[in-house]
Amino acid sequence: MLALAGLVCGFVFGWGLLISGMMQPAKVLAFLDVFGAWDPSLLVVMAAALAVGSAGYAFARPRTPLYAPRNLWPDKTTIDAPLVIGATLFGIGWGLSGLCPGPAIENLATLSPRIIVFVAAMALGMAAHAAWQRRRVTASQPPLVAGADG
Amino acid sequence: MENFTPLSAAIGGALIGLAAALLMLTTGRVAGISGIFGGLIGWNAPDRDWRIAFIVGLILAPLTGTLVGYALVEPQMPASWTVIVIAGLLVGFGTRLGGGCTSGHGICGMARLSPRSLVATVIFVGVAMVVVAIVRHGLGG
Repeated sequence: MLALAGLVCGFVFGWGLLISGMMQPAKVLAFLDVFGAWDPSLLVVMAAALAVGSAGYAFARPRTPLYAPRNLWPDKTTIDAPLVIGATLFGIGWGLSGLCPGPAIENLATLSPRIIVFVAAMALGMAAHAAWQRRRVTASQPPLVAGADG
Repeated sequence: MENFTPLSAAIGGALIGLAAALLMLTTGRVAGISGIFGGLIGWNAPDRDWRIAFIVGLILAPLTGTLVGYALVEPQMPASWTVIVIAGLLVGFGTRLGGGCTSGHGICGMARLSPRSLVATVIFVGVAMVVVAIVRHGLGG
């Protein structure tokens, strides 16, 4: 049931990106291009997602999930160096390509060679982070990122 | 603002918020794509099944979209392969180091009113805007 829920949620999420136009890097870059022909659509996507998402989370938080023993609600609150540096590196990559992880993976459906190379590089970047984290842990230091936010 | 599409943006955004809420209600998980995908890459990757299922659902969406008239168009990407690889590496490493991406911090985290996610979102949107300004309009315009 957990996998079925994942499938349905991924599907609905994917339709959201498709309908909103956010699968298209050009549309995302038009939002990021404040000095060009600015397109505020992404702002509307986020506002609508936040309106529905925050209402849904307020309802879900005190309840036990249907197919899991408990909510895995992220509990980190400190604003630390990894958060700031990570968000900065991500921002550079996002600005260069117009792609963040969701639309990048969804665009694999197009079998575009450039998308496949982008997703492979993204996976490599994630693997590099995982390898670096593992080295830190085995060096008996606390992990730099205790738990991901999302 | 001739490209502004507020209606489709609002409908699509509402669906994204709905998907995030449904995932929390059913699995208790946050719908952060970098976390869901990144969780598959590692040494002791836990609970693979629902992560793979989510990604399959994500890729199925535009394929079913073609049945109702959404064209499956090849996305416009940078001409340079080097830029594509560098951008991909930065997005992969950066989202894992920072603990989230546009969905995990920008939507799920902000919907949880997390100060970390607000800070992360302001940084990655701001940095991306600066990068686009430099690439498209040159340093200092």
